[in-house]
Amino acid sequence: MIDIQLLTTPLDTLGCISFVQSDDSGGIDVFIGTVRNATKGKPVLRLEFEAYEPMAIAEMRKIAEQAVEKFGAKRIALHHRTGILEIGEAAVVIAVSAPHRAAAFDACRYCIDTLKETVPIWKKEVFEDGEVWVAAHP
Amino acid sequence: MKISLLSFGIAKDITGQRFLEVDLPSSASVAALRAMLVQRFPRLSSLATVRLAVNGEYVSEDLALKDNDEVAIIPPVSGG
Repeated sequence: MIDIQLLTTPLDTLGCISFVQSDDSGGIDVFIGTVRNATKGKPVLRLEFEAYEPMAIAEMRKIAEQAVEKFGAKRIALHHRTGILEIGEAAVVIAVSAPHRAAAFDACRYCIDTLKETVPIWKKEVFEDGEVWVAAHP
Repeated sequence: MKISLLSFGIAKDITGQRFLEVDLPSSASVAALRAMLVQRFPRLSSLATVRLAVNGEYVSEDLALKDNDEVAIIPPVSGG
């Protein structure tokens, strides 16, 4: 069971955890990516995320399906936010349940690491003196 | 043939528009489109990577494009 969402509203971490709870799982692992207040010591005012929405949802679904296949995860909720995010807000929530903790940890890590490689979502850091698309340049 | 081109993130800053329509010789490859884009928008070359997705999928450079395909310029992604 997989729940994929791309949302412009605050993410519901507890809702993600409830979704993945199941009687055949002995562990739930949760990753929450939050907006940090600085990059390399420079204060960040806010982040702006945009997505190629249909492809981002399809790629997130592929990742969750792979995590089920590779690690035996039982249920996965993968929610990502777009739009303007303030410091401390959650940009991504990933909850994974599995029969044993190692699979839950591994599957959750696989989801966030792969999301950062393949899912067409872009983050702009806004500073006092300008804006930068993260990772755009070598 | 015509393809719809979508630009995201820094690629949108470079092309100046989210949506562009591009004319290409029929059956032009993804590589041919890439060459055309780099010529028209040289700043694309300054990016760490530029992937082209066709109809919502990452594809190989030798794929032949079809009339009305939707191609997205995917600069380095940075979700999460």
